[in-house]
Amino acid sequence: MTMNLAAQINGVLAALILLTSFGLLASRRVYGLLHIFAWQGFFLSVSTAVVGYSAGLHHLYISAVLTLALKVFALPYILYVLIHKLKIRKEVEEMVNIPTTLLIGIALVIFSYHLTAPVRELSTLMTRSTLAVALATVMLGLLMMITRKKAITQIIGFLALENGLFFAATSATYGMPLVVELGVALDILIAAFIFGIFFFQIRTSFDSLDLKEMEKLKEED
Amino acid sequence: MKTFIPAIIEGLQVFIVLLAGPLLVGWVRVLKCWAQGRASAGVFQPYRDLSKLFVKDVVLAHNASWIFRSAPYVFFGSTLMAGAVIPIVTTGVPLSATADIIALVALFALGRFFIALAGMDIGTAFGGMGSSREMMVASLAEPALLMSVFTVSLVAGSTSLTHIVEAVTSGIVMLRPSLAFALLAFALIIIAETGRIPIDNPATHLELTMIHEAMILEYSGRHLALIEWAGMMKLFLYFALCTALFFPWGIAGAGSFTMAAWALGALALKLVVFGFLIVLVETPLAKMRIFRVPEFLGMAFLFATLGMLSFFILE
Amino acid sequence: MTLLILLGVSVFSAILLAFVGDRKFAAELSILSSAVTFIASIFLAIDVYAGGPMLAGGDFFFVDAFNVYLVVLTAFVSTTTAIFSRRYMRFERSHGKVGKAGMRFYHAMFQLFIFAMLLALLTNNVGILWISMELATLSTVLLVSLYRTPSSIEAAWKYFILCGVGIAQALFGTVLLYFAAEKVLGEGSAALLWTNLSQVSGRLEPTVLSLAFVFFMVGYGTKVGLVPLHNWLPDAHAEGPTPISAVLSGLLLNVALYALVRCKVLVDGATHSHRAGYIMMAFGLLSLLVAAFSLLRQKDIKRMFSYSSIEHMGITTFAFGLGGQVATFGALLHMLVHSLTKSAIFFTAGHASQMHGSQDMDRIRGLIKGNPLVGWGMMFGVMAIVGMPPFGVFTSEFLILTATIKDAPFFAPFFLLGLIVAFAALFRKAMPMVFGPVPPHQTALKASHLPVIVHMVLMLALGLYLPGFLSNWFHSAAGLLK
Repeated sequence: MTMNLAAQINGVLAALILLTSFGLLASRRVYGLLHIFAWQGFFLSVSTAVVGYSAGLHHLYISAVLTLALKVFALPYILYVLIHKLKIRKEVEEMVNIPTTLLIGIALVIFSYHLTAPVRELSTLMTRSTLAVALATVMLGLLMMITRKKAITQIIGFLALENGLFFAATSATYGMPLVVELGVALDILIAAFIFGIFFFQIRTSFDSLDLKEMEKLKEED
Repeated sequence: MKTFIPAIIEGLQVFIVLLAGPLLVGWVRVLKCWAQGRASAGVFQPYRDLSKLFVKDVVLAHNASWIFRSAPYVFFGSTLMAGAVIPIVTTGVPLSATADIIALVALFALGRFFIALAGMDIGTAFGGMGSSREMMVASLAEPALLMSVFTVSLVAGSTSLTHIVEAVTSGIVMLRPSLAFALLAFALIIIAETGRIPIDNPATHLELTMIHEAMILEYSGRHLALIEWAGMMKLFLYFALCTALFFPWGIAGAGSFTMAAWALGALALKLVVFGFLIVLVETPLAKMRIFRVPEFLGMAFLFATLGMLSFFILE
Repeated sequence: MTLLILLGVSVFSAILLAFVGDRKFAAELSILSSAVTFIASIFLAIDVYAGGPMLAGGDFFFVDAFNVYLVVLTAFVSTTTAIFSRRYMRFERSHGKVGKAGMRFYHAMFQLFIFAMLLALLTNNVGILWISMELATLSTVLLVSLYRTPSSIEAAWKYFILCGVGIAQALFGTVLLYFAAEKVLGEGSAALLWTNLSQVSGRLEPTVLSLAFVFFMVGYGTKVGLVPLHNWLPDAHAEGPTPISAVLSGLLLNVALYALVRCKVLVDGATHSHRAGYIMMAFGLLSLLVAAFSLLRQKDIKRMFSYSSIEHMGITTFAFGLGGQVATFGALLHMLVHSLTKSAIFFTAGHASQMHGSQDMDRIRGLIKGNPLVGWGMMFGVMAIVGMPPFGVFTSEFLILTATIKDAPFFAPFFLLGLIVAFAALFRKAMPMVFGPVPPHQTALKASHLPVIVHMVLMLALGLYLPGFLSNWFHSAAGLLK
């Protein structure tokens, strides 16, 4: 595989990751969210593997497999089981309507492009141009956490944000050192478990997973 | 003799547009009948419909103004004009140099504008409703269309269709996410602009849901024939534009007659495939509620913008 | 070896306590483990004081004057908090607020939290620093929701989401830092080692590092509790068990600030400018002012003191941003005295709310008559935290103020305004609680004397006399941070 072709494939994968990020924002169904999230993880994993292959960095394969196992199978499955067990209503509820969120999303993509411009100038890696997409994925995950009401959508936003970080690590530097990457993966796994525990806690004390209920803690005036 | 060659090419091009419009619609109808297990009326049924309409008398409302009477001609004329510009078989269309892709969008908009005016001219409830809906769809579709078209122009480095065709065909094969996004957006826009399912249903006159048909409800005779014909051409032209922008392989270079023969074959093949695609989209889908249309077109706009962004970011 | 004990003991006891945390001796075990950690930290400090900065475990750990004093502080406050939580948690258990599983969880997570903070302080690897900060968040999230009340779960959720998002930004910053470092140091773990980075910081790409610093600021700044990213902090402090509030306020904020300052040193080295410092000053001053004014309208006692923590973190961040020998010295001292004072205040506030069955300040009255130790503790604690002489906070705030007047006189009025508003607010709220007759709903309580007394004595001592070794220490740390 030539460098050029690898860079092109990586570009396409980056575009797909960006597309899935917007898909997460646009989706109205919780199961739909899970599917899109799993796809995003899949593209991320393939992209990591492609970069690993073309740059001859074999530790990236470990990251790719880790991503595949965690983000494509384990986490969506755990979330699926949780949704099923807790009988969460299947619609996504939003605080800001979907078209507006998408427009904000576009603005965020432009913003991240602008922000990462200096890095792109300096980098010599074939993946340098995807860094903007990575930052955009982070921002879009953040946007999703802010504009969606349900706990489960916030979590998917959080995980998408983590995907973006992971992608950033691959595209800016061909991945972080393995120790760090393993540690990050471990942290995410723990975070996912805590999320699970939280679901049950929220469920038992609020009778719903809607964060609207969580408005008690405000400043008294 | 040499001076006539451009005129002949142009004449042939217009002739193809005039004929291929109804043919494409007929083909789509035939395919649809097959898909739904019905007997079809044949590929040439639209020609028969049109010729029947042409011989019928025109019935005009008392309060119809010149706008109502002239709108069919403007619509037909602007559509035909657009047809004269797009490189369909060869890039050597003489008029192609006179208008670029943005002028093309404006030509389509002009025809639509007059039809919408005519819809309101008589003052019936359906006409006004149809016009307002049509303009709503248009106001959402056109930015997306332009955005999508700009993305292709950016890739090709020009807004001239001839240049775009040449740039895309001659360019080295490259995976371009920007073009994929633009194509996706363009596909959605074709559906909206030509009034296909799930935005509008060309085969129904159900009062509450129709858009295009509501506007032209008061037309009859040759006026109706012109509008219908122009509508059919419009579908064909959007298809032609789509192939010129995204799948220009097979379009002949300027001044090569042997290539032009091949190009005709390629065009026919693309038309067949296009018909299949339309039926594939339309058969399983139902028309969406009008309130969902903005979201649908918003999606198109999003894709188009993503295409443009990924051109800047990734390429 | 000392390092191994220092880190190993808390992990080991965390695992052990996960199984036996509900037994009678669990609290004692936790105290023992923290005490051993504390002793180990002192030995480590002596080593560093005698021999200067050192690397350990290959080059995985790095100890210098800056982090070793935070290590000692962390170990010390964790010990006193463990002592405090023995009686405090027994009370909560007997009142049915926590079950057996809750106790196991509490003790185990407390130790894990201490481990995460020590790891964050000691590690030489900027990536591991991030991981351990995240681990510190994760281990405390479920402690905040320990009582399972709707509001505590809400607080924990907020804490989790906000800090999760924040710390994700810090990871992005770390990626950018690695990107810049890789160019100079080559690939692999070596490019993330702080010792290597600080040596070559002058050659790191300035634009990338400035960008990275913005992400670090947002990321670690969220954990420091800087305005406008502070929303999680009052909720988490108010709704969690009091010992956790004490260590969150007294230690975690410090550690997060430590991470931020470490990054700032690199950025300053790369950009050859004071840009990062200005950002920190702006955030610090904003936090100070917003928190001071928010103090005025608090009703919940723990909430109020958590705003005071934001205020003091603002002061410290401001001082670190200001830079210079005096300001940095003041900031280091302020971290120390604030930790000691604030954890003592939380100890007394926890007891006070237990006595009245409520955290509402309107219901807390007559502390001195009801329980002299709690009352006087609260009294002196508040006096200390608002910066009255002769307590330690006065010294550090005075140092920072002098440095401000000298280096950035324009900021001095705002700085003073913040201090004065906070002073007034805290005094107005605290005095009615301390004095006055005993209300009928107050119940007697066996308070935990030792931690409060020890902290108070240290606070006072530090205000009156700064021991030579400590000032030497701060001087050398301030020198490191230039």
